[in-house]
Amino acid sequence: MLEAAHLTCQRGERTLFTGLSFTLSAGELLQVAGPNGSGKTSLLKLLCGLSPPLEGTVNWQNAPVRGEDFRRNLLYIGHQNAVKEDLSALENLRIATDFAGEPLSDAQALAALARMGLAGREHLPAKVLSQGQKRRVTLARLLVSRAPLWVLDEPLTALDVRAVELIQLRLAEHLARQGMVVLTTHQPLQVPGVTPRRIELS
Amino acid sequence: MGKLIATVIRRDLLLAYRRRADVLTTLFFFVIVVSLFPLGVGPEMKTLRLIAPGVVWVAALLASMLSLQRLFAADYQDGTLEQMLLAPQPLAAIVLGKIVAHWMVSGLPLALMAPLLGLQFNLPPAALGVLFLALLLGTPVLSLIGAIGAALTLGLRGGGVLLSLLVLPLYIPALIFGAGAVEAYVVGVSPEGHLSLLGALLIFSGLAAPWVTALALRIAME
Repeated sequence: MLEAAHLTCQRGERTLFTGLSFTLSAGELLQVAGPNGSGKTSLLKLLCGLSPPLEGTVNWQNAPVRGEDFRRNLLYIGHQNAVKEDLSALENLRIATDFAGEPLSDAQALAALARMGLAGREHLPAKVLSQGQKRRVTLARLLVSRAPLWVLDEPLTALDVRAVELIQLRLAEHLARQGMVVLTTHQPLQVPGVTPRRIELS
Repeated sequence: MGKLIATVIRRDLLLAYRRRADVLTTLFFFVIVVSLFPLGVGPEMKTLRLIAPGVVWVAALLASMLSLQRLFAADYQDGTLEQMLLAPQPLAAIVLGKIVAHWMVSGLPLALMAPLLGLQFNLPPAALGVLFLALLLGTPVLSLIGAIGAALTLGLRGGGVLLSLLVLPLYIPALIFGAGAVEAYVVGVSPEGHLSLLGALLIFSGLAAPWVTALALRIAME
């Protein structure tokens, strides 16, 4: 269970939000909505423990979101792709999963990339891939991750309709296995069988 | 954890290999700066032999500054650093891997090249050996201490200049003992003391720098 209590976040002089509280239980999807600059990414970073809140606490299974035990349970995908231009799609995926402590074999990584529609492009350097294809390389991690908590910052940007559908199906699968998802998106979200909970930042 | 360090080293070496030009720039800078001195000072053998250790070491310090800025900058810009911070292993281990890879592509080539450059300064063969040994012990110290500075100045505007101001003074002990080892040998004293101190410096910075750098990176990303 992910528990946020009385969160306050400040960037420079601006207070982005105060007194934000929510809990997220297994099988739930939380969509963080709000206009540009309303603090969606900042909130996700607080939830990951990348930055500490000015006030309030974020707990995972009743312990603060710091330390290696929490990070083993977390998959975070930021709005940057974390894809190295000089490495191939395959190398990028394998290194990302190595860092996450869930190493893949070449065959597993190739299968995940193929499901993301990147068959035939696995060995190309990422710099020749389009923006959407790079996003697909990053999102291939969703297909192989075993972490229960997913925190996704604008996962659907630059994706075409079919890729969006695939990701939504994958989210539904993850939630059905008692996973949890927190995400931001400006696109309408349709995850089969799930009513997303919403937080509106202003 | 050893596996993670190996993964990081392999990744960074692969990236360096795909961007060979960056690595060669550092090396050529070092070669050219060192080679300019004999041309500028003139063919006075005795003077050249005296200034050689200092020149080589100062050139090595400056060359290491060139590559330090890139140590974390690329990972910071494309979001990989966030993923490293969220890895379920100690960040210090990842940092250590990055430092080792950085040394292998920026410090080790300098140490290997230095004996050849030392010939221009009329250094006797044994002194060339001491120069190589001193650089072999000293260049990892530069990468280790430099990593702290690179992490502290991450994402700052004008970070390059700030990095030099921050890190170059911290290089002074390595410079003194590194150049001192060769000087001592040239004037006929055993360089053992200098080399031991350089080794101690390496052990100390090797133990402390990865942790401090990891801490600085966490602060930089907040």
